[in-house]
Amino acid sequence: MTAPVSVKAPSGIDELATLRIAPVRRPWQWVATGVVLVMLALLLASVAMNPNMGWPVVGRHLFSAEILRGIGWTVLLTVLCMALATVLGVVIAVMRTANNRVLSAAASLYLWFFRGTPLLVQLILWFNLALVFPLLGPAVFFGESAGGLDTNHVINWFMAALLGFGLHEAAYMSEIVRGGFLAVGRGQTEAAESLGMTGTQTLRRVLLPQALRVIVPPSVNQFVNLFKATSLVAFISGQDLLSSVQHIYANNYQVIPLLLVASLWYLVLVSLATLGQHYLERRLNRGHVPTTAKGAKG
Amino acid sequence: MTAMVQARGLSKSFGPLTVLDGLDFDVERGEVVCLLGPSGSGKSTLLRCVNRLERPDAGVISVDGEIIGFRRSGDQLHELRGKELARQRSNIGMVFQNFNLFPHRTILDNVLEGACVVKKEPRATAREHALRLLDRVGLTGKVGAYPGQLSGGQQQRVAIARALAMRPKVMLFDEPTSALDPELVGEVLAVMKDLACDGMTMIVVTHEIGFAREVADRVIFMDGGVIVEQGPPHQVIDRPRVERTRSFLARVA
Ligand SMILES: Nc1ncnc2c1ncn2[C@@H]1O[C@H](COP(=O)(O)OP(=O)(O)OP(=O)(O)O)[C@@H](O)[C@H]1O
Ligand SMILES: [Mg+2]
Repeated sequence: MTAPVSVKAPSGIDELATLRIAPVRRPWQWVATGVVLVMLALLLASVAMNPNMGWPVVGRHLFSAEILRGIGWTVLLTVLCMALATVLGVVIAVMRTANNRVLSAAASLYLWFFRGTPLLVQLILWFNLALVFPLLGPAVFFGESAGGLDTNHVINWFMAALLGFGLHEAAYMSEIVRGGFLAVGRGQTEAAESLGMTGTQTLRRVLLPQALRVIVPPSVNQFVNLFKATSLVAFISGQDLLSSVQHIYANNYQVIPLLLVASLWYLVLVSLATLGQHYLERRLNRGHVPTTAKGAKG
Repeated sequence: MTAMVQARGLSKSFGPLTVLDGLDFDVERGEVVCLLGPSGSGKSTLLRCVNRLERPDAGVISVDGEIIGFRRSGDQLHELRGKELARQRSNIGMVFQNFNLFPHRTILDNVLEGACVVKKEPRATAREHALRLLDRVGLTGKVGAYPGQLSGGQQQRVAIARALAMRPKVMLFDEPTSALDPELVGEVLAVMKDLACDGMTMIVVTHEIGFAREVADRVIFMDGGVIVEQGPPHQVIDRPRVERTRSFLARVA
């Protein structure tokens, strides 16, 4: 009653400050959630109960020796192709950004060809390399009499796949790597050079580690794509996961259950790759603070 | 003994634009030279020619008697590349307007990088030297932080320590405080002043007239790719003889 005016004036806000905040009600969200859950349950049930899915057959084959061998080939092929594509991709990206016109033109030409023709065509071409070069080695350049190894012995399905996928993938990887380099500012190169680093040192210690942050997400994308794309070796009588599955259902006609087996395994492999990406990115993001430098203009 | 930095007939054009037009200058050992001039007058280009981040069209530059970017054989100069050029650059410290610290390495690693990778010093020795330098620029407590976690002024002081770790013969500063908020400028200038007092040969491009007046042994005013006027700061800054210098100083001061 006797409170001075200066204290009394903001009493409105003091009173408001004591009030409880009521939670927001979103009835429609609950309805939507309910609908989605019910539909999911129905879908799951229909898949799980459907006898055509042949779950017992799935169970019988999921860990069978032939399937596991197929997985082994798929993983080996994917990892080797990705390694080849990464190394070659870095080389091509460096060539493309080089001052030397011939080098950068050669890199562009590579990109143009390997990105411009279908993967399956390249794969079949490599598999049939013997039709172009019956002998590998000096014979390729100097004619049959120069001698070489019998192409049909060197190029089996795995070599053809390694070359086909690896070289094709390298074209895509080179663009991803180049994008990573572009994302690292010119100032970083200049700082490295002004310290007296050579070109290779600058590339290895300054550019690549920073570019990797940008390179990893699209590269994992390519890796995941490659996991599934390797199933194309079924066209050149390969022995990967899908080929094994096809081989089995060609005998027992259980097409759907065996495709389920393949799908489940591809999902597992891709999930593992995604998990790896998560840890890799966490490591690469060291030192990367989302906010810009405090106290610096701009 | 010859001057620490010598340039003769230094020219550089970008397309039709002549940025440096046959410059001659010497920087004595232990001398601090401040480069003033309007925007686009070629100050950065001049500095970048000294460590050959920019390739001059004509002219020669020597640092401590050694021609930068060339090897002499008989009466011919052969252009250097790769390792040899890198070795020459390692004797020339450079501090950039935008710091250009390596964002993926800690502060300590930024300072260690040059000594360990370029000079191949043993890590323990290099580390001790790096810590001493970081202490000198007042950043003892930040050795484990990453550049992105530091203020602009702190980052620039790390950049100075990083350049000093190479034990350079000369230090080049390209507007080291231009990217900083006003309250952070002082701490960087203090480090530079300390360095100047210590006898380091320095070429500083700056718009900080106060710093030039106080620390520089000589001020060079350039415009249009040539040196318009040079001399001790009290002469060039306080009693400029050329009209172009006068009007520039009237604008910035
Ligand atoms: N790589 C380049 N290509 C083309 N033009 C350039 C290049 N570098 C600099 N220039 C031009 O050369 C001129 C001089 O540039 P420089 O950076 O040396 O000026 P400056 O005196 O440092 O100016 P400021 O005070 O704005 O930094 C400018 O007109 C600039 O546009
Ligand atoms: Mg400049």
